[in-house]
Amino acid sequence: MSPNGEKSPSSTKAMPAHRSLGLTDDQLLGFYAQMVLVRVMDDRLIALNRQGKVPLVASCQGSEAASMGLALAAKTDGSCFLFPYYRDMPLKLVMGVSPMETMIGHIGKDGNTFNGGRQFLLQGASPNFPMIHLSNVVGSNLSQAVGYAMGCKILGEDTVVFASFGDGGSSQGECHEAMNFAGIHKLPVVFCCYNNRLAISVPQEKQMAIEDLADRAAGYGFPGVVVDGTDSLEVFRAAKEAINRARDSSGGPTFLELKVERLKPHTSDDDDTRYRTPEDMEDSLRRDPLMRLNVYLMGLGILTPNLDEQFRQEARAEVNRVTDAAENAPWPDVSNLHGRLYAP
Amino acid sequence: MTVKSTIEAIREAMREELAADPRVMVLGEDVGTRGGVFLATQNFIEEFGEHRIIDTPLAECSIAGVTLGLSFKGLRPIAEIQFSDFWWYAANQLVGEASRVHYGTNGYLSAPFVVRIPYGGGVRGGLFHSQYIESYLYNTPGLKVIAPSNPYDAKGLLKSAIRDDNPVIFLEHKKTYRAVRGEVPDTSYTIPIGKAEVKRPGEDITLISYGLAIHYGMEAAMLLEDEDVSVEVLDLRTLRPLDNETILESVKRTGKALIVHEASITGGVGAEVSAIIAEEAFEYLDAPVSRLCGPDLPAMAFAPTLEDGFMVNTQKISDALLKLAAY
Repeated sequence: MSPNGEKSPSSTKAMPAHRSLGLTDDQLLGFYAQMVLVRVMDDRLIALNRQGKVPLVASCQGSEAASMGLALAAKTDGSCFLFPYYRDMPLKLVMGVSPMETMIGHIGKDGNTFNGGRQFLLQGASPNFPMIHLSNVVGSNLSQAVGYAMGCKILGEDTVVFASFGDGGSSQGECHEAMNFAGIHKLPVVFCCYNNRLAISVPQEKQMAIEDLADRAAGYGFPGVVVDGTDSLEVFRAAKEAINRARDSSGGPTFLELKVERLKPHTSDDDDTRYRTPEDMEDSLRRDPLMRLNVYLMGLGILTPNLDEQFRQEARAEVNRVTDAAENAPWPDVSNLHGRLYAP
Repeated sequence: MTVKSTIEAIREAMREELAADPRVMVLGEDVGTRGGVFLATQNFIEEFGEHRIIDTPLAECSIAGVTLGLSFKGLRPIAEIQFSDFWWYAANQLVGEASRVHYGTNGYLSAPFVVRIPYGGGVRGGLFHSQYIESYLYNTPGLKVIAPSNPYDAKGLLKSAIRDDNPVIFLEHKKTYRAVRGEVPDTSYTIPIGKAEVKRPGEDITLISYGLAIHYGMEAAMLLEDEDVSVEVLDLRTLRPLDNETILESVKRTGKALIVHEASITGGVGAEVSAIIAEEAFEYLDAPVSRLCGPDLPAMAFAPTLEDGFMVNTQKISDALLKLAAY
């Protein structure tokens, strides 16, 4: 049973859901420990923002299961390429970006492999990871991902491309153009829309006249799937199916609408008390993805209170360590302002 | 050498690069069976196949975004925006995204693609089929912007653009497509990006221009011979990066400069060239730097009298040259 009393689709099967998805107990425990680390990291980034040390935080709290579930599917598959967006810090950690690089990237210190201090939120691209996160202009990554997927298809590769965005980004004309193009060419791309029902302050009913964004996929000729985006295993399952469909000879794109929550303001510059009610906030908190995975694992006896406490202590120690190290790291030299504008 | 039109030279450049490099591909509206509305890609789909010559939906934003994504994957796409008037939809992907790829990834990623854009007036296209867009593009760090004036340059520069590892905007003046013809080698050659060319040596005034206006400038320079005024004509060819060295070398020698373009005067390429000359060659000048440019109007109006009023021509240029010569 989930915390809000509804039956969780993940925990009612005879065989535990994760095992039927091919995940071992240890794999899922490791995933949970990483989600704990993500939460501690996110809280720390917010605290550092309040101290004036991190200029901007786009909190991921409420969308961790979506961001991490996709990344877990991509990583275990081994042949996926990702075009994440600004709320995807958890996705990056699952794909192997270190907490140290994450912290350095958020403060702007020297040494991150994505942008050398030229961008915030660890945007850019790194030779070490199969992803491109060029900008935080919402929706701009979608047609780029489609082009990348087309390139993979032309070159005969079996790569599947993930592009994530929010319900806000779904309103961009470019989102329509990208999905239409992907549908025409049946490209191996998964559109992953994290629907938290808020574009900063604008509620879903003022963004669109429909309940489920997934309905739009029919207009592009490929499946749209509504997924409980706070249930890590449901996201993982849907992502695996989308990967399989992308590789199927008659397959092509999938639109995943991941229904998530936003447990914090839009960014550290936002004040959500101006537009959200306490009741609305409480409803969201009841669907906290971290708590849901905790309940699932505890219910199966895979996670114990002692082990949970151990994970939390380890996460705090790691985040403390990288906070100190990043604060002591040098700033990029001003000489890095210039150069590397044009490829030679 | 064969005499070819500008559009033939452009087609030849693309065909040679498509044949030479399997990473090169073409996408845009009507570029397939139709061969492009100006026939720049005529017969390409038969020769290179549907997987390399891609007819796209009528949607410039995704044409540019898909092009950028293809370049991330190591392909070398050439996109066609059918008319410059439609490029605004693509501005987000070109100016907002592509120009920042190399800089924003600290030099790790690059975006090797070309976007070809027919532009300019004199074809009775009215406000929405005649726009000059170079002023909005040439001041974008991270992009390269080319605007050839003739078939020889168009072929050599387009081949360089396709081989370049950066996003290149290739501006083709529509009126030059068929009206401007010239000798073009049948074999492969390239012209370096960022190099202006002295089209005609002279001693008294440097006329600096690009695109269609170069041809009016050459005619005007010939007319000025009768007045014993020797005009040097400089074709910029590349608008970003500008060839400051060649501009300054010429103006320091002649002491007078007239910059001519059809795009609106305010903030145009001429404004930047003027500033460069004023900053770097002030003590060599014998007259104020002058500009003869399009008026500050949205684009040319439709009726022939109005269109002619907007466009620069040989007479307007020779008048401006005479005025400058007399200074």
